Amino acid sequence: MWKTRITALLILIIGFGVAYFVYKSEPKVNGGTPNPAWFAKFPFKLGLDLSGGTHLVYKADLAQIGEKDVKDQMSTLRSILEKRVNKSDISGSFGVAENLVQVQGNNQIIIDLPGVTDSSVAIKKIGQTPILEFRILNEDATKDVVVGKDGKVTLDINSLYQDTGLTGRYLDKAILEFDQQTSQPTISIQFNDEGSALFEKITKENTGKQLAIFLDGEVISSPVIREAISGGKAQISGRFTPKEAKDLVQRLNLGALPVPISLVSTQTIGPSLGEKAVQDGLKSALIGLLVVALFLIFWYRLPGIIAVVALSIYVAIVLALFKFIPITLTAAGIAGFIISIGMAVDANVLIFERIKEEIKNGRTIGDAIHTGFSRAWFSIRDSNTSSIITSVILFGFGTSLIKGFAVAFGLGVVVSLLSAITISRLFLYTINVNKDTKFMKFLFSSGFSK
Amino acid sequence: MFIIKYKKIFISISIGLVLLSILLVSVFGLKFGIDFKGGALIEVNYSDSLPSVLDIKSSLGSLSLGEISVQPSGTTEYILKTRDLTTEEHTSLLNLLSENGKYKLTEKSFTSIGPSVGDELTQKAIWAIIFVMLAILLFIAYAFSKVSKPVSSWKYGLIALVTLLHDIAIPTGLFAILGHYMGAEVDTLFVVALLTVLGLSVSDTIVVFDRIRENIRNHTSNDFEKTVGISLSQTFTRSINTSLTVILVLLSLYFFGPASTKNFALVLTVGLFFGTYSSIFLASPLLVVTEQWQTKKSTKK
Repeated sequence: MWKTRITALLILIIGFGVAYFVYKSEPKVNGGTPNPAWFAKFPFKLGLDLSGGTHLVYKADLAQIGEKDVKDQMSTLRSILEKRVNKSDISGSFGVAENLVQVQGNNQIIIDLPGVTDSSVAIKKIGQTPILEFRILNEDATKDVVVGKDGKVTLDINSLYQDTGLTGRYLDKAILEFDQQTSQPTISIQFNDEGSALFEKITKENTGKQLAIFLDGEVISSPVIREAISGGKAQISGRFTPKEAKDLVQRLNLGALPVPISLVSTQTIGPSLGEKAVQDGLKSALIGLLVVALFLIFWYRLPGIIAVVALSIYVAIVLALFKFIPITLTAAGIAGFIISIGMAVDANVLIFERIKEEIKNGRTIGDAIHTGFSRAWFSIRDSNTSSIITSVILFGFGTSLIKGFAVAFGLGVVVSLLSAITISRLFLYTINVNKDTKFMKFLFSSGFSK
Repeated sequence: MFIIKYKKIFISISIGLVLLSILLVSVFGLKFGIDFKGGALIEVNYSDSLPSVLDIKSSLGSLSLGEISVQPSGTTEYILKTRDLTTEEHTSLLNLLSENGKYKLTEKSFTSIGPSVGDELTQKAIWAIIFVMLAILLFIAYAFSKVSKPVSSWKYGLIALVTLLHDIAIPTGLFAILGHYMGAEVDTLFVVALLTVLGLSVSDTIVVFDRIRENIRNHTSNDFEKTVGISLSQTFTRSINTSLTVILVLLSLYFFGPASTKNFALVLTVGLFFGTYSSIFLASPLLVVTEQWQTKKSTKK
């Protein structure tokens, strides 16, 4: 008996410890700084709908890609986009939350930018691909001068040049250099193996002609090819200012995308909306918990009080798990958690009803507690299994919104199952019922019965 | 047990409610949100003064976005719905909303979803519902595999499935009314709510079935109908109490929770209410009816 009681006391203390940790590690809730300091390492991770930010979904055009290359291309695409997001200083006002770039499903990339509220700037920066092209000047192209009806003479620049197929796609890296004599900035580029071979072939076949270098559709320089160049090195010297050259090098290095992408979904949530959602979520969780606690105490009396204690420990544990794992909280996730509070009671109610029945069947209270637990276990197991199945399938369903709900709900169900069969049981066992006095019987009855 | 005695009445009520829901959905239809059909949703908050709905509609005419819905929300806010927008269209829309800086505004939220995303989501949603139902059918058939008399275990599963269809049909019917009169939209969260109702409601049904299983094993009564009746009265309080606690927290979520999960909480509350109803007043009566059919068949032979 005493062993059980000491274990119960220990669990109570641990429960309080966990609750203290959850409370103290949220500076926004308690107003102070986290104490001790390492608590600060475990804040709640808020999803974009709560912290404010931008959620973008890009769809990759995989029409040109063989089926077996899809995975590779998507992961290359993901890492290039991640580089762009993290290097082009699209940073939110919070700076705490990390940007997230993920492959979703077969052909989608999702980008989460916490704290970024101006989606158009972010989209522009992410979508900014420098298009570097090398073209040969077609010297006898005179026919492309068009005289319009109004006498205007237009020259179609593009048709003057001939595509070579060599583009920024074959770029290995770009380096900023300064000319030793003129101290003009120049950009050295190094092609990859494939690009080097192509570059050598082009320079060999077109010796003596002009090779125009196009950046974003404009000619930035057009040197004359003197000889075939092997090794894949080239230099671009234009009339750059040092800053322009530096930006360009950075953009070139961030790279071109392996496949074209298009933006299919944008979602931006202002910080005020998110803050309100957090407050409302917190408020409804507290009120829900309170109402359930009152109901349990009034209906189930002594076991009800025990259930409330177990429920509070349950809440503390789940919240701590949210912080430790960590699980990104969204409005839907909070809803999942709140529902799991209601669900956590389920197992307790099953047990209490069973205990009451056993008492009715003539068992002593002490005996009824033990048999009640073991008999209720099968129902508890079977009924919770279906909820766990649902949450697993919901998780597989995909989108981040649903995942948030599924994780919170599933975790809640599992932890509630454990807390009901361990914590509630332990506490009930600690009550030593030697004599079935009238008062004791009253404490273990429920509802409107005397 | 009165529920078994009047089982035909309760089964008829359920059939009536499901038929009504189907009727409501077919008359009013369901309004799908932008995550299913694509489109854009913009919430803007004006800090000082704000233009009228008509002003906004006429100034946005130049963008040729087709049909635009502009709804006031509170005294300083508008919620706009359009087709899905490109980044450029979004920027110029914001400019027009502020009439080039005349009105000060902040964009509280902006969502634009292409139609292809919606098609994918619809498919996923349908698959998820089918998967959940199949998984539940298999699970029940497995869990009750030891009780094959007098009703075989897969029939327990099938009956649970029928009650599940009942449980999701009714909230869907309700949503048809809400959509028609209050503009409630079927979105991803609605699907999540339905799936959660499936999980919660079946767990109620399982507890009742579980008790029937135990009572059959203990030979509580030789009559199947009586066994079911006894099991029902034994689990009755429990079924109501556990659903009540979940409904209590859901109501708290509905009244005090974030705006974005209000409809979600409502669908869950209604679904759970009818889920509990069906596990008591529909699943067990159906079980008895099935058993009676079986006996009739075998006596005829």
